[in-house]
Amino acid sequence: MSPEQTNLLQGTLDLVILKALALEEMHGLGISRRIEQITKGTFQVKPGSLFPALHRMEEAGWLSSAWGESENNRRAKYYKLTKAGRQQLGAETKRWGRISLAIARALETS
Amino acid sequence: MPSFSRAISLWRNFFHRQQIETELDEELRSHLELLTEHKVKEGMDSQEARRAAHIELGGVEQVKEEVRAVRAGVWLDTLLQDIHFAFRMLRKKPGFTVVAVITLALGIASTVAIFGFVDSALIRPLPYHNSSHLVAVGETDLRSSGKLVGYSYLNYLDVARANLSFAASAAYHGPATFALTYATGVHLVPAAVVTPSFFRTLGVTPILGKDFDPVPLSEDLQTIPATIILSYAAWQNWFAGRPDVLGKTVTFGVKRELYSVIGVLPRSFEFAPAGTPDFWTTLRPYAPSACYKSRGCETLGVVARLKDGVTLPQALSDVQAIAAQESRLYPDPDKYRGASILPLGQFIFGDIEPILLALLGAAALLLLISYVNVATLLLVRSQNRRHEFSVRRILGAGRARLTQQFVIEGFVVVALSTALGFAIAILARGLLLKLIPADMLDSMPYLRTEWHWHVAAFVAALVLIALILFAVTPALQLPLAGLRAGLASGATASTGTAWRSLGAQLVVIELATTMVLLTGAGLLGKSLYKLLHVDIGFTPSHLATLWMAARDLKYLQNDQDLALQREVVTRLQNLPGVRGVGVANDLPLGGDGGTQIGFVGRPALGFNNEVGHVQVGVGYLPALKARLLAGRDFNENDNMQAPLVAIINQTLARRYFANENPIGKQIFYHAHDISLEASQPPIQIVGVIADIKQNSLDESGRADLYTPFVQSPDSGFAVAVRTSQDAASVLPLLVSTLQKIDSTIVVVDATTMPEIIEHSWAAYMHRASAWLTGGFAALALLLSAVGQYGVIAYSVSRRTREIGVRMALGAQRKEVLRLVLGEGARLGLIGLSIGVVASLVATRWMSSLLFGVEPADPLTFVTVAALLSLIALLACYIPARRATRVDPIVALRYE
Repeated sequence: MSPEQTNLLQGTLDLVILKALALEEMHGLGISRRIEQITKGTFQVKPGSLFPALHRMEEAGWLSSAWGESENNRRAKYYKLTKAGRQQLGAETKRWGRISLAIARALETS
Repeated sequence: MPSFSRAISLWRNFFHRQQIETELDEELRSHLELLTEHKVKEGMDSQEARRAAHIELGGVEQVKEEVRAVRAGVWLDTLLQDIHFAFRMLRKKPGFTVVAVITLALGIASTVAIFGFVDSALIRPLPYHNSSHLVAVGETDLRSSGKLVGYSYLNYLDVARANLSFAASAAYHGPATFALTYATGVHLVPAAVVTPSFFRTLGVTPILGKDFDPVPLSEDLQTIPATIILSYAAWQNWFAGRPDVLGKTVTFGVKRELYSVIGVLPRSFEFAPAGTPDFWTTLRPYAPSACYKSRGCETLGVVARLKDGVTLPQALSDVQAIAAQESRLYPDPDKYRGASILPLGQFIFGDIEPILLALLGAAALLLLISYVNVATLLLVRSQNRRHEFSVRRILGAGRARLTQQFVIEGFVVVALSTALGFAIAILARGLLLKLIPADMLDSMPYLRTEWHWHVAAFVAALVLIALILFAVTPALQLPLAGLRAGLASGATASTGTAWRSLGAQLVVIELATTMVLLTGAGLLGKSLYKLLHVDIGFTPSHLATLWMAARDLKYLQNDQDLALQREVVTRLQNLPGVRGVGVANDLPLGGDGGTQIGFVGRPALGFNNEVGHVQVGVGYLPALKARLLAGRDFNENDNMQAPLVAIINQTLARRYFANENPIGKQIFYHAHDISLEASQPPIQIVGVIADIKQNSLDESGRADLYTPFVQSPDSGFAVAVRTSQDAASVLPLLVSTLQKIDSTIVVVDATTMPEIIEHSWAAYMHRASAWLTGGFAALALLLSAVGQYGVIAYSVSRRTREIGVRMALGAQRKEVLRLVLGEGARLGLIGLSIGVVASLVATRWMSSLLFGVEPADPLTFVTVAALLSLIALLACYIPARRATRVDPIVALRYE
């Protein structure tokens, strides 16, 4: 693991997954690639963390899943945001904004 | 709605597991494929891409585990899995499982069965309204210990009128038998006689009809209405539970008055001091009795309800003040009158409490042994499974998961044992109740009551203790830390040491506990033997006894019933196989009356020398084979017209004629009025006999007076028949012969003296405690032998290599035997020493249960220690012999 790659806190992982799925439905590999891409390689989500998180969030009602065809005609399980998931994304984004702002201020003042 | 969605997931995870697992598998497989493709696209060759994808995924099974771990209801899932696994493991080791479950079940069953009785007698509140306010009041004799005796009716009236402490009070007569005439004829029925306030004092209301009408306290019993309240059982048995029973009349009592039924008691009602009567009536039937006009005739028990806020000491000083006043006003007979109060529960259960507690203690010790035994077995198993657990740990099972697995296995063993133990306890309860003779059970109706939730709570507590013990013990021992040591299980010699010391401690506990149980059982057994072989003053074998009463009014005249007595004796005397016949108003071991005596020519002692009094017919003492020590027996000349004569027992002779010959001395019955003393007719002592146990086998030194039988018309009499053949075989002939004399003759309690002794309260109580404790001790002995065998055998198997080395280096079999036996002997010695000390402490508590044996009886202690050593040695010898057969070559290759 390179120094820039940070361990994802659970809440953060949820947020990043929700964010990754905000535009379109995706399968597991797509999600992890998208996360790498949107964080510019800072976050690499391992399958051992990704799949438990996906299943947990699905059970919580934030995601729904369906089997579909991948770009190369492979069967894959696609996840997409539910209405509750979208609300969760909004709430989590606001919360994260507040926290990061607070931390940024704390660091500036010192 | 996340919570709703989780609930749905829980449902799906649980009931569609297969589908979900398949999907997960498929998802991960497709992920792997996609990843591989991706890597191929990035330029790897397909072989390498597949490898890289696998590495990135990090193990399909591990990922699956992670996903499963976050699923809703994962705990339920693993729980079921673990239970399933536990059952599989237990099935794989049926020997272990059966021994563990049966051991524990026996411990649980005995403890629960005894606890059920303890609960109904000692823990549960009495089944009366606000029963903590109820007290038993009794008079005491200030010269003797504070033992409660009964109240005379007149003294009870004083208390009822003058007390300041009681919201209500009532007097009752102990168990009585009455002649009752109803539809089908004359019946002798168990009845209880109480003051009208009785049920109101207890706070019990009839379920049908009404309570006795309250009437003002009166010396004249004839003022009380002639009414009867039925027990629930009598209502069912005599009146088929018909609601129109109210108002029905029966003829009741000596005066043959009509009594009408006014109420029916609740089914659950019981009052042990009055036995288990069918009929409850007021004192009215006793109106003709002289006893109720005398302050010296103490036949009534008194129960009272404390006023709110009145404490026991306050009530005590209240009744004591009343007694003190009586002793001033009526110094004769009340000179030494005191009074005492006990909580009603303590009064009722005082006698049986030490026995029940001793039995509960014994059962608890047995349970302790079975706990320890199962713990030992579990330890051996946990030791044998080090390897399995190490492997599972490496394969990814979490520490918590492994511990949980152990807890679950303990739980399954405990659950099986508890279910089995509870079933055995239910059977044992029924069996124990069947073993108690019905008449004895009647005096302890509370033992019949159904189990209460207390028993369930008790079982739950036992389960909890067992769980903590069995789950935690092996879990503590789990080799979770030393993985490498566990895998390299050749390293057993060193890892076994810690285990061996724990196992050894458990064995020591078992041995010490067994020693305590065996000692207790030994002492109780010896007590029973002593009791059954105590000198009772007569020869019980070949002695038949019965009670009879003629209900024809013509016999109520005095000379008529004397004629009846003579007729009975003559007819029975002439039967084949009958050696001797005598009548009396009380039989040995059946009780006696009390009378106050004075001595002619000595200063007046006052009305305070009570002795037992039995009236016996001519031929009665010879029929008993009572031993005449001095003087003569009664004969036909000692009749109504002749001077009064008496025979005294040895204790009376010793107490009042210490340095003189009692024969020829004169005594007199004390008059109730001191001024009449001089005019009482003198009674000459003509004989002295050896003490006959008149009340119970364990009574000692009661002064008894025997006088020629002048029958009192309101009671029947007892007949004793000495037979040449088996006494029981003569009984039917005796009964039919009596009924030929007069068809109104009722015969009850036709039995033999050995039967009476066998079924006497003292013999029964001693036997019950001896057998039950003996049974517990035998089980304990077996269990601790098994435990010790297990530990030594395990130790030997662990030391096989060591033994092999020793033998290869030239050790002789004898030395190996000594090595192993030495280890067992060391444990045995420590266990026995602790056991002796613990027994000395424990048996001191049971001294009230012993008869003719000291709690520290050396013979018992030595015998028990010898027996236990022998068994312990045997338990070690079998594995020790196996150790000597070790083949050094095989042993060195072992493991």
